[in-house]
Order: sequence, then C-alpha cells, then structure tokens
Amino acid sequence: MWRDAVLIAGKDLKIELRSRVATNQVAPFAIIVLVLFGFALDPDRTILQTAAPGLFWVAVLFCTLLAVQRSFAVEAADGAGDGLRMSGLDPAGIFLGKAAAIALELIGLEALLALGIVFLYGVALTGAALLFATAAAATVGLAACGTVYGVLAAGLRVRETLLPLLILPVVAPVLIGATQAWEAALGTSTDNGWKWVTLLGVFGVVYVTLGVLAFGTLLEEA
Amino acid sequence: MTVTHNKGTGNRTTRVLGILALVSMAAVIWLGLVVTPPDVNMGTLVRLIYVHPAVATMAYVAFGVTALASLLYLFPRTRSWRWDRLAGASAEVGVVFCALTLATGSIWGRPTWNVWWTWDARLTLTALLCALFIGYLALRRTGGAAEPRAIRCAVAGVLFSVVVPIDHYATQWWRTLHPGDTLDSLHPLIHGIQLWTMLLSFVAFGLVYAWLVLHRTRLEQLESRLENEGLALALAARRAEAAPRAPVPVHNGPPGAVPVAVGSAESAATDGGQP
Repeated sequence: MWRDAVLIAGKDLKIELRSRVATNQVAPFAIIVLVLFGFALDPDRTILQTAAPGLFWVAVLFCTLLAVQRSFAVEAADGAGDGLRMSGLDPAGIFLGKAAAIALELIGLEALLALGIVFLYGVALTGAALLFATAAAATVGLAACGTVYGVLAAGLRVRETLLPLLILPVVAPVLIGATQAWEAALGTSTDNGWKWVTLLGVFGVVYVTLGVLAFGTLLEEA
Repeated sequence: MTVTHNKGTGNRTTRVLGILALVSMAAVIWLGLVVTPPDVNMGTLVRLIYVHPAVATMAYVAFGVTALASLLYLFPRTRSWRWDRLAGASAEVGVVFCALTLATGSIWGRPTWNVWWTWDARLTLTALLCALFIGYLALRRTGGAAEPRAIRCAVAGVLFSVVVPIDHYATQWWRTLHPGDTLDSLHPLIHGIQLWTMLLSFVAFGLVYAWLVLHRTRLEQLESRLENEGLALALAARRAEAAPRAPVPVHNGPPGAVPVAVGSAESAATDGGQP
C-alpha cells in the first residue's frame, strides 16, 4: 500500500512539475484571491489584519478545489483512469498517493499565501509552532476529504460545478478550526488554539480512514 | 382501484396515511392555536414549539433513513433499487424539513434573541446539513449510468449523515444559544396540554413525512419505469388513439415497427397493471 502510494504521489507531482499548472495557474490565482480580498475590505490595514487568518484559509479552500479538480482531470484524459484501475495498484495506496500529492501542493501554496498575508496585509506571523501544527493538520484533512469527493465527482459531466457544492460544506469545519487556531497563534483571539488543532486532527484521521476504506468502490464506479 | 394504479402514486396505505396526517395536523393546529395557553415569558410565540422541534426531528429522521437505506444499498447482499429510491426520496423530504426547521427557527429567533440568525453551533450545523443534502440531491441528478450513480450517492448519503448526530449533540458539546433537548428540559415546566400537543405534533409531522416519502419513492419508481418502457408505452398510446377511428388490422400498418411495438406495449401494459 505504501509503495503504491509513493508511486502515485510521485507520478502526480511529476505531472505537476512538468505541466506547471500548479505554479503557473493555481499559485497566481491564490495571490489574486488575496488581492481581491484587499480590494473588497478597502486598504484598511486593521480590518485586513484582523481578518487575515480567515481570508488565508478561504483562499486555501479555493486552492484545494482547483488542486482536487486538477488531480482528477489528469486521470480523465487519454483513458488514464482506466489505466489506473487496471494497474493492479492497491486502491488505498492510490488514495493515499493522490491525497499526499494534493497535500504537498497545498503546503507549497500555503507557504506562498503566508508570504502574501505578510507582504500584502502586513500581518506579523507569531506562534510558529501553533501555525505549523494547524497548517499540517488542516492540510491532511483538506487533501483527504478533497480526494474522497474528487473521485466521487470524477467522470461526471457536471463535476466542475458539483465539486464545490459537495466539498465546501464538508470542509467548513476545517475553515472554522484552522481560522480559530491561527487567530489564537497571531494573538487576535485569546482562545486556546491547540483545542482547534485537535479538531482538525480528528477531521483528518476520519477522512483518511474513510478514503482508505471507500476509495476502491468509488474508483471502480468513477 | 385498478385504474388509479397507473394514474398516480397513491394506494390504500398512502390514502389512510394521508387522512391520518390531515386529521392529526388539524388537531395540532386546533390545540396549538386555540386550546393551549400562551407562555408566561414567550407569550404566543411559544406556539412554535408545536412546529419547530417536530420538523427538526423529522429532518434528522429523514437523513437517518437515507443513511440506513444507503448502507443497505452498499451491502452486496441487500443491494436493491428499492433502497436507492428510498434514500433519494427521504433525502428530498429531509431537505424540505431541514429548510422548514431553519425558517421556523429564524422566525422564533427574531423576537427572542433579537436576530434572525446567529453563528451558534446548532444553527450553523443545521444549515451545513441542509447544504450537504442539497449537494446530495445534485449528485443524484447527475445522470449517466444508473448503477455507478447509485453507488456514488449511497457513499455520499452515508458520509453526509455523519453530521446528524454531531448536530444533535451540538447543544451539549458547545455553549449554544439554542436550548438543549426540549422534551427533557421542559418536562417539569411545561403545561400538560402543551406537552401532549407537542407530542401530537411529532406524530403529525411523522405521518406527513411517511406519506411524502411513500409517494416520492413510487414517483421515482415510475420515473425509472418511464425511462425503461417509455417508448413502448408511447407506441401503445398512439395505437390506442388510432384504434377507434380506423379499426384496421395490425398487419396493414407500417411494416416491421408495429408488430414489434404491439408485443412490447402489451407486456408493458400488463406489467403496468401490477401495483
């Protein structure tokens, strides 16, 4: 299972490296979202700084949608999906591999977005341990959940419009938890941030387990 | 009786259920609006207690039924289209009840909390539940091959229903504006007739739920039959239209098409006679 996961993750990342969709399209999109939030909330630094954790994680959610769509679009072309089904790889391994590739892309995008909120919104990043723990737990949850619903919608003609409708309500807890934890880390709230990291961890574990169990069935029918 | 089989989705069970639902609902309205007294604090607003908790509970029940039916569909040993249809019908009715829950809750919230909406755990989770099942209904309508669609929907139905217990325990797990389990907490406080009216409202909305789901399930059954036999039925209908005007023997019609259509149309018609 683990060997298959590494194979699939390597394949997906190699495709992203060579096609440069993540770097040339998704990353600029993420920055544009941050800039648009800036326009929407006026260049009033205080509002942007208070809202920065929430805006950051909303931007991450949008990037997750794009990354998931991209991850399953590459399987849709040239019968690659059939190849994947016939390859004899463990479906759980395929799930973990695809989720890991999405997670790594997301971590890259989160690093970029973090730079974005520092430079564009003037946020001072504090509480590094909490920030990193939150980002790690939230990313695992987003990637696992995105992969489960990505394969659910893969192969449908309406997948581009259906995927946001399915994923966004489901990942709402991640948005809430990650925003609260970051607010605690950045000092905009006095809440205990680690409590929210636990919630994010539970969400991640639940979706990784679900994906490992259900991915085979869903892949067969995709 | 035999005629109505083909004309609607009702039968004796649904008719009895429908009448019972009407009678009990009328009783709830009468008891709720006329007989029961207004509350000391909430005044006449308290009458929403005969709608809101029952509607919310039925939304939970509906999503629970969807989860159960989806699981039964996913198990190879119990896999049957019946479960797929029940899951879909129940989710659809559940979304209606869930939307009603949010609407009645808002109407209640405005005078008591002074806001239509507040970001409280119970409210947020209920809205989330509604959104999730709207997504589920969208997933059901994606078309394509029937079996993959059914499996996808069943998996989604099970996944989404996980929110139901979280929503239910939200008032205990988090500090919320929304009051906790109404029946438990109000039991000693509530007036006798109020309690009975409230219990009756659960029965009434339960009957409405069952009535709607039965009709909706049959409608799905008819829809899938229309998909499978639509052409044969249409041919039979055209033939029946033409028959009284020109009683020509079958072999005089267009060659090839008609004799084939006769056989399938007749078999479809006899199938259609079965309840």
